[in-house]
Amino acid sequence: MKLKTSFLIGMFIVVMVLTGCEPLLVLDPKGPQGRTTANVIMISIWTMAIVVIVVFAMYFYIVRKYLASRQSKDYVPPYIEGSVKLEIIWTAIPILIVAFLSVVTVISTYKVESVPEGYEEEPLVIYASSSNWKWHFSYPEQDIETVNYLFIPTNRPIEFKLYSFGPISSFWIPQLGGQKYAMADMVNTLNLAADVPGEYSGRNANFTGEGFAQQTFNVTAMSPKEFDKWIRDIKSTAETLTEEKFDELLQPGHLGQSTYKGTHLEFSPPPENHHSKEPLKDNQEEIKNQKIIKDDLSNDEDHSNMKH
Amino acid sequence: MDFLDRFAVPNPGPTIYASMVAIALTTIAIIIGLTYFKKWGYLWREWLTTVDHKRIGIMYLISAILMLFRGGVDAIMMRAQTAVPDNTLLGAQEYNEIFTTHGVVMIIFMAMAFIMALMNFVIPLQIGTRDVAFPRLNALSYWLYFAGAMLFNISFVVGGSPDSGWSSYFPLAGTDFSESVGTNYYMIALQISGIGTLITGINFITTILKMRAPGMSLMKMPMFTWSALITNLIIVFAFPVLTVALAMGTMDRLFATNFFTTENGGMDMLWANLFWVWGHPEVYILILPAFGIYSEIISTFARRNLYGYKSMVYSMIAISLLSFLVWVHHFFTMGQGALVNSIFSITTMAIAVPTGIKIFNWLFTLRKGSIVLTTPMLYSLGFIPIFTIGGVTGVMLGMASADYQYHNTMFLVAHFHLVIIPGVVFAMIAGLFYWWPKMFGFMLNERLGKWSFWFIAISVCLTFFPMFISGLDGQARRMYTYSESTGFGVWNMISFIGAIGLAIGFALIVYNIYYSVRYSPRNIPADPWNARSLEWATATPVPDYNFAILPEVKSTEAFWDSKIYGDKLFNKRIEPIHMPNNSGMPFIMGIIFFIWGFAFVFGLWILLVLSTIGIGICLALRSYEKDEGYYIPVDEIERVEKTGGKKK
Repeated sequence: MKLKTSFLIGMFIVVMVLTGCEPLLVLDPKGPQGRTTANVIMISIWTMAIVVIVVFAMYFYIVRKYLASRQSKDYVPPYIEGSVKLEIIWTAIPILIVAFLSVVTVISTYKVESVPEGYEEEPLVIYASSSNWKWHFSYPEQDIETVNYLFIPTNRPIEFKLYSFGPISSFWIPQLGGQKYAMADMVNTLNLAADVPGEYSGRNANFTGEGFAQQTFNVTAMSPKEFDKWIRDIKSTAETLTEEKFDELLQPGHLGQSTYKGTHLEFSPPPENHHSKEPLKDNQEEIKNQKIIKDDLSNDEDHSNMKH
Repeated sequence: MDFLDRFAVPNPGPTIYASMVAIALTTIAIIIGLTYFKKWGYLWREWLTTVDHKRIGIMYLISAILMLFRGGVDAIMMRAQTAVPDNTLLGAQEYNEIFTTHGVVMIIFMAMAFIMALMNFVIPLQIGTRDVAFPRLNALSYWLYFAGAMLFNISFVVGGSPDSGWSSYFPLAGTDFSESVGTNYYMIALQISGIGTLITGINFITTILKMRAPGMSLMKMPMFTWSALITNLIIVFAFPVLTVALAMGTMDRLFATNFFTTENGGMDMLWANLFWVWGHPEVYILILPAFGIYSEIISTFARRNLYGYKSMVYSMIAISLLSFLVWVHHFFTMGQGALVNSIFSITTMAIAVPTGIKIFNWLFTLRKGSIVLTTPMLYSLGFIPIFTIGGVTGVMLGMASADYQYHNTMFLVAHFHLVIIPGVVFAMIAGLFYWWPKMFGFMLNERLGKWSFWFIAISVCLTFFPMFISGLDGQARRMYTYSESTGFGVWNMISFIGAIGLAIGFALIVYNIYYSVRYSPRNIPADPWNARSLEWATATPVPDYNFAILPEVKSTEAFWDSKIYGDKLFNKRIEPIHMPNNSGMPFIMGIIFFIWGFAFVFGLWILLVLSTIGIGICLALRSYEKDEGYYIPVDEIERVEKTGGKKK
């Protein structure tokens, strides 16, 4: 049957590509969170492959066997109401499969929503904000800001604080882990880490209008030493980010990559606690605290045990 | 001239000018044709004013097929644009408008209309009654749907199409980022047709609960009727949410309120929640009737009763309840945290259990059957394996941690197309071939039907399987282009080839209709498929009153039992039949609603007030109107019955 062969070929191609030669980005993770999701995906693919194989086997066996053309002319199909026993079986087995996948899901979801396991170091906080159709990355600890590119140290957890100056965007670096929304009225936290140095592609995955397709950024993961050197270089070369300059950056359009001293967080604070019940004062205080930390920073190069 | 400027299309291109010309020519051709053949009166008396559920069903069917082609052309253009990297066939703005209208047209104006078509035609026949509970409201439902559909479709040439996706997320859909009237069209057109759908829901629940043939208890209803009952219950619970969300969105756009804005206390996340609180049940509004159609067809052509009737019913009820508890899985990535996502993951995957029950019941209906491979059966048999693949990938998407990687990618696009096309579209085509002889008195060509099946079934796999791969490789959905270095090119090219195959398959269906209208024999029996439920107990073509005598039912397969065991269905004597009068009011209200919507879209406030008054007058006139309907006398019925349903 044509249908059968085409399915088998289709399945074969899918399995070959998923497991085979050229790794797909999502299944080629370069960090602990990405590895967790890739494992979950492979577990689910194999589980579902078993389901599909069982259903297909039953299906092709039954359809072949009971074709009218293969039966005697006087065959009269029997009247069968159903079978409680069989129906319980095909209710119970899917429940067991779903229960298994639920356990996998809950464990892995908690895992990717928190700081990656086995990372002792304090996370590096980066504010990633989107505007049409760019990404702005603010490093409050280091007091620098980049546009459309991201440098991160390897083997250190990164805590992304996501928000948007425009429509809902989705911050996604497929090889490091799953995506999360950046929105104008709430700050989301995304925990990622890279444990292999290299260049990775990142993008906005949520439709934001005309320039959406090109709303991408590059991620470079490098050793902490190189990262510190990069920070020092920028401090000595980059221009300072002023409010006027930032407003210019926010204009809709596409920009190349650029780097600045200082961040926009001071004059354009992120919408933190926007919808929490805490009074606005706390928010102000937090910003003030951040400022104090930053002031400390400029005096103190060693910031690994910094409380944020 | 300022006044007229607002109607200009903001981003005109050759496609838009071509469709302007096409629309104008078609309209002129229709008007000239109707005048030349003197068909205006016929059109008005027999169709525009009809309250007959069969004719309304056929009008839904024609509309749905038209919309299928509108949405299909959109789809071909999208696949052509993305077939090769860095393509410049379409601009970003054009592409955004096209995928937005593709989604809206296919879901709201094609799939919904198609299930309405089949429900309208089949349900009253299947439960052995003469019409729906509220025939005139039924006509109003259709004309509101039609007004909404037309309003949405003229957006293309008047003022500009919506361009923020079929889910129309705020703030992108707000006036800050979407200045053209496109999204106004979306809000108002969906609102108008949504009201029509809600009325249908109420109408069919009443019909099914109150008007079944004597003896047909709930657990003796055919499976399609069961699915329609549950579907309409979901409609009544889900559509008010859409109504409210659209009203709030409209006010945000036109009256500067702040429900979904990001300032002044508005919350964009609220729109996403409201949209999907409606949007997820909507998926089941489409799929459950399809399940019902498959149950009918599989049991008919396996020549066996449906296996596990009770568990089929209970699993549909379970699906309908769960459908309201899973909406968050459309935005696991919004940041609601691990606990909430875990809960919604589990409810989502739980839907696989009742769905699995249904798949196994269909398989066991086929077992020990005697399978006849007619066109409707081929589509139903094609549905099971392809839908299984679509379904299991749905379970994969339901796992929150993994969804962070699938979300917004082509993987998701592949999943929902592989659920909706084999699930809903195959069912529509299967139902079309299956009930066509009852609707029109001749059969569609089987050979062409089978060709179309193989084209469509293979092309669906070819179009959507590669998207799983490019999705896992990081291709986000809704990108109008991509660079060559991404490596997506090969997968998208395969998809494009598949899309051409799909187009050929659908063209074959249309050619089949044309061919069968011309050449198909007209002297077919009333029950050409040797089917099992009551709609086949009527004459073909079905008389206005459906059944001269209301049937009496003793089992789930009353008609089958009457054929095999000789149970008598029609025991009473013929009596005069009470029928509703035709009415032009629903059609007129449809037109006024169209004007009302148009005025709303462009903020023409005087016209809006006038048309609102017009709607009020129509409602008032109806409230004070005395219309007792009319009776068909016994001798007239006997005459019709003798000629086998033919009218004159």
